Amino acid sequence: MSSRIARSLTLAVFAASLAACSSVPLDQSSGSGAGAGTGGASSGQVMDPFNPQSPLAQQRSVYFEFDSYTVPEQYRSLVEMHASYLAGHAQQKVRIEGNADARGGSEYNLALGQRRSDAVARMMTLLGVNSNQIEAISFGKERPKALGNTEADYAENRRADIVYQR
Amino acid sequence: MMTALTPAKLAGSRSWRAWAFGIVALTAGLLASRPADAQLRVDISGVGATQYPIAIADFAGDGQGQAVAEVVRADLTRSGQFRLINATGASLNAESSIAYDDWRNRGADYLAYGSITQSGGQYNVSYRLVDSVRKTQLDGVAFSGTEKELRRISHQIADRIYEKITGVRGVFSTRIAYVLQTGNNYELQIADADGQNPQVMLRSKQSIISPAWSPDGKRLAYVSFESGKPVVYVQTLATGQRVPLANFKGNNSAPAWSPNGSQLAIVLSRDSISQIYTINADGSGLRRVMRSPLIDTEPQYTPDGGSLIFTSDRGGSPHIYRVPVSGGEAQRITFNGSYNISPAISPDGNNLVYVTRRNGAFRIAVQNMASGAEQLLTAGPDDQSPSFAPNGMQILYSSVQGGQSVLAVTSVDGRVRQTLSSLNGKVREPTWGPFSN
Repeated sequence: MSSRIARSLTLAVFAASLAACSSVPLDQSSGSGAGAGTGGASSGQVMDPFNPQSPLAQQRSVYFEFDSYTVPEQYRSLVEMHASYLAGHAQQKVRIEGNADARGGSEYNLALGQRRSDAVARMMTLLGVNSNQIEAISFGKERPKALGNTEADYAENRRADIVYQR
Repeated sequence: MMTALTPAKLAGSRSWRAWAFGIVALTAGLLASRPADAQLRVDISGVGATQYPIAIADFAGDGQGQAVAEVVRADLTRSGQFRLINATGASLNAESSIAYDDWRNRGADYLAYGSITQSGGQYNVSYRLVDSVRKTQLDGVAFSGTEKELRRISHQIADRIYEKITGVRGVFSTRIAYVLQTGNNYELQIADADGQNPQVMLRSKQSIISPAWSPDGKRLAYVSFESGKPVVYVQTLATGQRVPLANFKGNNSAPAWSPNGSQLAIVLSRDSISQIYTINADGSGLRRVMRSPLIDTEPQYTPDGGSLIFTSDRGGSPHIYRVPVSGGEAQRITFNGSYNISPAISPDGNNLVYVTRRNGAFRIAVQNMASGAEQLLTAGPDDQSPSFAPNGMQILYSSVQGGQSVLAVTSVDGRVRQTLSSLNGKVREPTWGPFSN
């Protein structure tokens, strides 16, 4: 519980520092070492999942087609980017959080969200990430990002998020 | 359509004033005034195929006698199987001699009456039930209890009347569990079967889903997201003590107790997608039931404990299947539509209830296990989480009516429906508890 609080506090500090300075040099190094700058990220980008400037922090959602549970082609490079980082940082753990839209039963939606997170996790392991680094879970329809009942809202919730664990 | 507001508590003039106000507010259509406490309001529609005409006289001897009779009347009315005959001014006590012909002429084939006395905070309630056609007594029992227990005693009297007349055990003194969601606040609550007397078992800022009663009614298993992912807990109601039963890698969800309470079926994603396992109630002996290429979830034991009914999309869309608990070949048991989930089986094993999606609406359907005949019980648009009353006569489910999430109960033949609506929140994930003794 305390680590969760610590994490949200840390994020709040990052957000505050972002708001304070309008420009940050792109070549600012996080010193994250091996694995940085590979897998779809152009060189010079910060490869640190805990730095909000980094593509690892910014691009961490995979959206799925209606009634589909395979990672769409357009998200392949995003998953590759995270897989590459994780393969190079064997101690780093990540949680893949699947979601489903609000229609239907709680448990079946939990299982559908899990198919989404599992699809991302499987792709990562195929790309060389140790399965011990990954936990695929689901929130089902319990944590909708979009609260409305339009097709756009439903699409927003057909999603798996890649969440790095501290 | 009739509307009945059941009193907040049997005792206490404050509650009775609130109740009386509720009636006035309803009549005037002014539902904006909300009582501070989250009592569930009851609306009833439809009547049963057979309605037994019965008069319930106010119990004599104490001011509480009227309240006792009122709870009994409300219980019997909610079943849809009874028609109340006016007994105003009957002034009968438990020892009165009954003018059977008079009651029969008033249309009451049955009459219940009694006495209530109080000494030193202890109430003694005597009740009798007579058949005015056969001119015989069907039942006569004395109860004693504190003022707080009068409501339960009233439900027990209603249970006895129901059973003596219909031949089926009553469920008025059973309880239900559900989750009340207000914004991001979740409360796992337990209430009497009439929605009264709600008690909070767990408060959380994260979702709580899938509560499941142990067969003895003493424990609840449920899924809580409090640790940031779904974990199955078991909570002992009397003590409030709770322990994680299943906290494996991935999701832990959909707990269901075996009929003897020794083990639970659960769903885990530890080996990739959602699959069904069994685990002993003490957390030992985890065993995977089968290997499915796609989702298996929502297991429920059959009453004989030998099989599991569950939801699977192994056939391309979600349907209900059955498999021996020991594993083996799963057999599909729903064939209508393309989305059938959340199965529950009747206590006698003869009927299957589930959620079906038809033309975009989620509706409650019941299917005869032997013939496969299906009946749609509700119209939707978003009916979920069905469970049988322990006597198999009614089905509790969650529903959305007028944009509000409510609990609803339908008779198993679909004729009588009631809603239990909370005035300040979403009520979801309901499940009906077992007989209490």
